[in-house]
Amino acid sequence: MLDGFTAETLARVQFAFTVSFHIIFPAFSIGLASYLAVLNGLWLRTRDETYLNLFNYWKKIFAVAFGMGVVSGIVMSYQFGTNWANFSDKAGPVIGPLLAYEVMSAFFLEAGFLGIMLFGRERVGDRLHMFATAMVAIGTLMSATWILSANSWMQTPTGYSIGENGQFIPEDWLAIIFNPSFPYRLVHMVLAAYLTVAFVVAAVSALHLLRDKTDKESRRAFSMAMWMAIIVTPIQIFAGDTHGINTLEHQPIKVAAMEGHFDSHGDNQPLALFGIPNVEDGVLDYAIEVPYMGSLILTHSLNGQIKGLNEFPKDEWPPVMIVFFSFRIMVAIGFAMLGLGLWGALARWKGKLFDWPLLHRAAIVMGPAGFIAVLSGWITTEVGRQPYTVYGLLRTADSLAPVDAPAVATSLMAFVVVYFFVFGAGTFYVLRMMNKRPTTPNIGLNDGPLRTAGITPAAQVDPDFISGE
Amino acid sequence: MLFDLAFIWAGLIAFAVLVYVILDGFDLGIGILYPFARSEKDRDMMMNSVAPVWDGNETWLILGGGGLFAVFPLAYAIIMPALYMPIILMLLALIFRGVSFEYRWRTKRWKGVWNVAFFAGSTVAAFSQGIALGALVQGIEVTGRSYSGGWFDWFTPFSILTGIAVVVGYALLGATWLVLKTEGDLQVQMRRHAWWLGAGTLSLIGAVSLITPFLEPIYFERWFNLPGSLVSMAVPVVMVGLIWSFFTGLNDGKDLQPFLSALGFFVVSFVGIGISFYPMMVPPSLTIWQVAAPDQSLAFALVGAVILIPIILAYTAYAYWVFRGKIDPAEGYH
Ligand code: HDD
Ligand code: HEM
Ligand code: HEM
Repeated sequence: MLDGFTAETLARVQFAFTVSFHIIFPAFSIGLASYLAVLNGLWLRTRDETYLNLFNYWKKIFAVAFGMGVVSGIVMSYQFGTNWANFSDKAGPVIGPLLAYEVMSAFFLEAGFLGIMLFGRERVGDRLHMFATAMVAIGTLMSATWILSANSWMQTPTGYSIGENGQFIPEDWLAIIFNPSFPYRLVHMVLAAYLTVAFVVAAVSALHLLRDKTDKESRRAFSMAMWMAIIVTPIQIFAGDTHGINTLEHQPIKVAAMEGHFDSHGDNQPLALFGIPNVEDGVLDYAIEVPYMGSLILTHSLNGQIKGLNEFPKDEWPPVMIVFFSFRIMVAIGFAMLGLGLWGALARWKGKLFDWPLLHRAAIVMGPAGFIAVLSGWITTEVGRQPYTVYGLLRTADSLAPVDAPAVATSLMAFVVVYFFVFGAGTFYVLRMMNKRPTTPNIGLNDGPLRTAGITPAAQVDPDFISGE
Repeated sequence: MLFDLAFIWAGLIAFAVLVYVILDGFDLGIGILYPFARSEKDRDMMMNSVAPVWDGNETWLILGGGGLFAVFPLAYAIIMPALYMPIILMLLALIFRGVSFEYRWRTKRWKGVWNVAFFAGSTVAAFSQGIALGALVQGIEVTGRSYSGGWFDWFTPFSILTGIAVVVGYALLGATWLVLKTEGDLQVQMRRHAWWLGAGTLSLIGAVSLITPFLEPIYFERWFNLPGSLVSMAVPVVMVGLIWSFFTGLNDGKDLQPFLSALGFFVVSFVGIGISFYPMMVPPSLTIWQVAAPDQSLAFALVGAVILIPIILAYTAYAYWVFRGKIDPAEGYH
């Protein structure tokens, strides 16, 4: 079935497939871990049961999503070696320690305190439980920090020299960690995770509000989510804009592809709202353009100059089509999120926040928007840096492992089948939980290890003990 | 230059792998033992005995892999393609097993499916790890800076043997862990299983140890020439002590002693493998120093390791302590 593809293509498809599945879960767990910490803090402070109920509800959803994030992540960390061995050999001295720090400072933190956060409130008391919850949230943020530092270094490498065996040799670790694109990427990604969760929470609460607008938990959660939407979306759009300006400085070809700029227009670069890139002839077909806007957005001046793709050799171009459209999808979702945030603010002002079915329907539609934006954003970033893995220095074609195409094809098919089966089932369970109201007892059916594990095994045979949580 | 950065790191990676084998060994073992459970209630208990800690246990696997990538990138770049199939198989198996911890409780109709996934995932993961070990011991073909063998080189009678040895050994760890954590009928059954699993593990370790010295001349030299032979002699002696402690512990109805002795089997075997390997990282051709990253990388990562690993060990120990014991701990210790 996959005959005729080179090992390189197959390995790229495999990496893109597995990492795209993976990022869905971190995007959710980074945001949700922080949300849980906030809910738990509010519960401890106000002793308002609403917060506790919300905490327990989202905690169960978190547990399932986190499990999926862990297992899909382990695949990632081994794939560098199995599929990109030459990359590992060359870039390992730089990327490796960053990932090692991620494992040591973040993954262990999450894993060590996760059990206590999920199962341990009765065992360790409120304060330590709050500490554990905060540690899990901090762990996810540290994880994002390190992995994005590694990824950003691959985009904008600094602080290295090249050894005689062809390896990148780290010379200045601070320059490596705080490479030029890292701060922008970190801010943009963490905000993306927060927005993703805000819109999921909004959708779930909206669903329950449509069924019963007096549901206390859903009202509280919907209000919180709408605050996030109206405050964080504008910040995110601003962050994305600065991120783009930074990219223009370091990866002008990527920006040209994102914008669909084939020709340089001197000092009047239009902004293409829509079009279809025609790579063969180097033009944007069916373009709908706004004059001067391109210059204005990217250089913040009306006559800033931007180099078009045609000024670069074609073998340095990324796949323009993908980058052009994925970027547009992300930006469109960003503005749609802003729209919903404004609508929510209007509803709040008119006192109709919990009583406006159309708004709630729109929130449900926007529920998955964050995930789609995150994926499109990453596709823009990663595909836009092709044909390099370490930008300008190490080509993707030279990063490959010496594995035969049939081996990669077999494993790729296995990943596809297993991922759709396993993560499909997981998504189904998560959606089924979300379909129940936050105060439903046993939303996770048996609630399983959440209630019983850790508490001595006898607990689950003793029915009185079970009612504890 | 014995105690240089590369040497220290080889020790640290070996430590991470050992901790992984011991910790995830017993929780993979629980999965391997799933078909032996007599009731759904027993299966619940078995899974619950590791639910709060399995994630932390598995993180050591990421540290082993990630650490290798960080400090011995060349070894990582050669070993991973060489073991392509077993590694992918292990990753897929770990997916099934990992999600079963949650999924199993989320559905009535499919509970059986996730029971099987938990069993099969654990077993295949253990078997692949054993195969990987065997293939590594056999040696890996290298040309220049990359793997130059085929994608089925790992598949040999010896690697199948090590695969089976690891499955049986992990099942033993699982059984003795359950002896420690449970009571009543389940504990009685597990104690019974521990007998034959112990005997099986020891025979398989014996078989592997007998074959190993003949696989590569350098292993033979390590074991049968001075000064290596001094250490090599100590290994069997310690092993005999552990065997005695294991069986008397089982016989006297002790709870903790069989588990600790079984862990001991693994530690000693691990040291044995270490003796065979040293100073190779990718047997039989590349030494620790040949595959090490530049000193800048080793030093930077070491700072983190020295500060963070003790902290990790401390809160891991704390997490185990929080979830310690069974209902009446006094019972097993009279
Ligand atoms: C630390 C490194 C790192 C990180 C954090 C990411 N990637 Fe990446 N990505 C790579 C390192 C990398 C790579 C190793 O450099 C690849 C493999 C092959 C390649 O061309 O670059 C790559 C390729 C790659 C491709 C294929 C591009 C192509 O071949 O045309 C896609 C679609 C993504 N990535 C998507 C993602 C997503 C959705 C990520 C979010 C988690 C992500 N990447 C994070
Ligand atoms: C392609 C590169 C990536 C690799 C190699 C990788 C590796 C891993 C691994 C091994 C795990 C499991 C850790 C555990 O046991 O807890 C994991 C989970 C995680 N990853 Fe990734 N990851 C990648 C991309 C990303 C990105 C881009 C982010 C975020 C911006 C991210 C954030 C996280 C977080 C927060 C977790 C915690 C578990 C969860 O979210 O469910 N990862 N990753
Ligand atoms: C409308 C405003 C937005 C603009 C102008 C914008 C801009 C950008 C740019 C320029 C990049 C590519 C950077 C590079 O590769 O060098 C990017 C990447 C990305 N975007 Fe956006 N973005 C916007 C909205 C969003 C939203 C709403 C989300 C998600 C909720 C999002 C998530 C991401 C992610 C995950 C990446 C990849 C990681 C990164 O490079 O930071 N973006 N964005």
